[in-house]
Amino acid sequence: MSAADVRRAIVRISHEIIERNHGVEGLAIVGLQRGGTWIAEAIAKQINEIETSVTVPLGALDVSLHRDDIGMRPVSLGAISSIPFDLSGATVVLVDDVLYTGRTVRAAMEGLNNYGRPRAVQLAVLVDRGHRELPIRPDFVGKNLPTHRDDDVSVTVNGVTIGGSQ
Amino acid sequence: MKHLRSIDELGKDGLVKLLQLTDHMAEINQRPVPKVPALRGRTVASLFFEDSTRTRLSFETAAKRLSADTMSFNVSTSSVNKGESLRDTVATITDMGVDAFVVRHKSVGIPWQISQWTSASIINAGDGAHQHPTQALVDCYTIREATHTQSFDGMQITIVGDIKHSRVARSNIQAFSMLGAEITLVAPPTLLPPDVSHWPVQTTHDLDGVIPTSDVLYMLRLQSERMSQGHVPTLREYSEQYGLTQKRVMRLKPSAFVMHPGPMNRGVEMQIDPSDVKNSLIHRQVANGVSVRMAVLFELLGSGSSLGGQA
Amino acid sequence: MSKSIVIKGGTVINPDGDARADVRIERGQIVEVATSLSGEIQIDASGCVVTSGFVDLHAHLREPGKEEAETIETGSRAGALGGYTALVAMPNTDPPQDSVAVIDFVREQGKRAGLVDVIPSGCITLARKGETLAPMAELAKAGVRLFTDDGTGVQDASLMRRALEYARGLGVTLAQHCEVAELTKGAVMNECQCCTDLGLPGWPSIAEELMVFRDIELVRITGASMHFLHLSTRRSVELVRAAKRDGLPITAEVTPHHLALTEELLSSYNPVYKVNPPLRSADDIRALTAGILDGTIDAIATDHAPHPRRDKEMSLDMAPPGMLGLETALGVVLAQGSFELRNVVALMSWNPARIAGVTKTHGRPIAPGEPANICVFDPDLRWNVDPERLASKSMNTPYVGHSLRGRVRHTIFKGTPTVIDGQAQK
Repeated sequence: MSAADVRRAIVRISHEIIERNHGVEGLAIVGLQRGGTWIAEAIAKQINEIETSVTVPLGALDVSLHRDDIGMRPVSLGAISSIPFDLSGATVVLVDDVLYTGRTVRAAMEGLNNYGRPRAVQLAVLVDRGHRELPIRPDFVGKNLPTHRDDDVSVTVNGVTIGGSQ
Repeated sequence: MKHLRSIDELGKDGLVKLLQLTDHMAEINQRPVPKVPALRGRTVASLFFEDSTRTRLSFETAAKRLSADTMSFNVSTSSVNKGESLRDTVATITDMGVDAFVVRHKSVGIPWQISQWTSASIINAGDGAHQHPTQALVDCYTIREATHTQSFDGMQITIVGDIKHSRVARSNIQAFSMLGAEITLVAPPTLLPPDVSHWPVQTTHDLDGVIPTSDVLYMLRLQSERMSQGHVPTLREYSEQYGLTQKRVMRLKPSAFVMHPGPMNRGVEMQIDPSDVKNSLIHRQVANGVSVRMAVLFELLGSGSSLGGQA
Repeated sequence: MSKSIVIKGGTVINPDGDARADVRIERGQIVEVATSLSGEIQIDASGCVVTSGFVDLHAHLREPGKEEAETIETGSRAGALGGYTALVAMPNTDPPQDSVAVIDFVREQGKRAGLVDVIPSGCITLARKGETLAPMAELAKAGVRLFTDDGTGVQDASLMRRALEYARGLGVTLAQHCEVAELTKGAVMNECQCCTDLGLPGWPSIAEELMVFRDIELVRITGASMHFLHLSTRRSVELVRAAKRDGLPITAEVTPHHLALTEELLSSYNPVYKVNPPLRSADDIRALTAGILDGTIDAIATDHAPHPRRDKEMSLDMAPPGMLGLETALGVVLAQGSFELRNVVALMSWNPARIAGVTKTHGRPIAPGEPANICVFDPDLRWNVDPERLASKSMNTPYVGHSLRGRVRHTIFKGTPTVIDGQAQK
């Protein structure tokens, strides 16, 4: 994916989120630390430009302390959770860059419960690279990208690249 | 990092990283449900040979918020066991399957001795007048939070009182100076250690002289037995010269902070109600205790040696 | 016993000179010192020093009372392995050595073990409490030449004065453990920067020096002879040097550990390094060494202080002070590299025999007609201590990991080998 492809995917996902939820009432966007936060910001900005009636609240969630594979993935210092709004009764759209095994999303759903009980949780990812280990399916996908397990997928505002194993 | 026994052992990098990790823990503590599964399946035993409800509760709360199991061996001071049974106690608890011991003891060096008898991690919650590293972490975190600065460069921290018998002072002097603060110790000569010429500190016996230039005024507790030991003639005289009075509070810089590790000796080192001190951080010190100890437990038991990397 | 023994190929060190010579022993006596001797039993001493057996002025043998830590037999064996043929047994036993019954018991246990001469010292005050004098005349009659309350100094200056006056009348020597107790309450280690860091109560030098000074002045007015135990500070050496210059009847000892180890070791939190007086600074070591070289210090004494493992597994403040010394003394002293061999023999044999009042049988020259109390040591052998293999019942040696130089190869006590090739013979 090129930078333009990424931009277009974000615009499309933003439209899809509004369409699926019949507007933005009760909607909240939460990006996962660290890779998902800039995408969540971009989506929130896009949604707020489309639907100016309400400002959609934006949060960030650090799932490292909720992981089932603690010790394998370090805590990313400084990438702290920030959910400055009540998400009880809200429809929370979790945003991440890459969906892979599904373990990060599982941890995120558990982490969200610390802040309240959302009415619904949806999942938006820029890239779905497959190889799921848990029964998790994205609601909004930028691009399905078949990969090998040992591929290294990099997502930035400049595009998406697949590298060999490191 | 296997143990946290002294600030020295932690080092500056470890100190800075633990303070950063504490930010994560502080956020957890603000959640409506302040509990994460990070240490599920780990067991933390607190082994307190000296009374300290505050520190013990702080550690146990920290462990529980990380979902660790806790065991508590509260050895009353009246039945403080001799070292010989200490080894047996430690071995027995280790056999039950313990991942960390939180140890407080009146004797210097016990955490180091215990670590020879167990494979578990040791966290020093105070050994004699030697070290109390988690208190220093709490104090550094509290100052960092209050001043919104990561580095203490150029900050004037004044520590007042019974330096000689204070593990809090020893840990804090190391920690504050690692972060760049300039430290002044204020005490009568009898309450200073015999030789501090190698410490990164200035010393003075005149509190009033340093009040106007202090950014942080750190008051230490004075125990009343120091009188019978001839360290001070009377508590009144000590209080007069080294206690925090309304008058002295007035002479502090408007931006200066007052701290105290607790428990306070009202009417001795604190001649003023701390709630009357505008910039008191004393409540923040208590509040931050749990977050700091969560960071310590997580670093020792949860993250292996992976702290500090990028996800 | 009746077989003749020849120690072959060594260098004999005597007060009047050194010589390459063999030594023939028969019936407990040296009968011939010459080259190319032969006998029924030959003991190889090539490359070794042959000299009179060592005399320790300061051994805690713990019997009676704390046989868990050491017995007179195990302590004697440790002594023999360290080249000793006589040990002065310190009186802080339980019951203490303040009665003829206990003195006789200790001496008899020494004879039963038969590895060294065990020379009981007597208490200065009853039960070492510092309150009333022990029956010094009775004890002197029972053979006690050295009196001490070791472990504590006699705090009461008036009582110490009386003790010295009384001792002068008996012609015995008082040995003082110099420590003003009020200055060392709760103390664990030398008062220094390291103790500042550790937050431990300091053990100031002045606690020792004040009593050294006081007792020198008491000797000056009483004329009694006085031995200073385990001096550890620069100023103590200076005070003794000046007193000797004044011609006072004073002698002094230092321990191997105060010559080899320093205060910083306590920062390992290992109670094996806790000792009374405490390990001091490198500067104190320099002063003690200078004191030895100029004759201010007369003797090296071990202050061998066994403690069972569980006692040394206590915290620094709770653990009892003291470390093993008998088996390592020579190796520690020679590893310092500061002293001539002849000097070391004087410090470990000739002088302490004089101070202990046993010059008839110990600290004698290697010469025909002399009692065969002999130490043969290899002055250059490097070795390491294995605490598991010490003869002492306890393991509290501070020298694990240290390279020692010089090791006792054979010890002959009253004509019988107690140690051959580093192995105790019984």
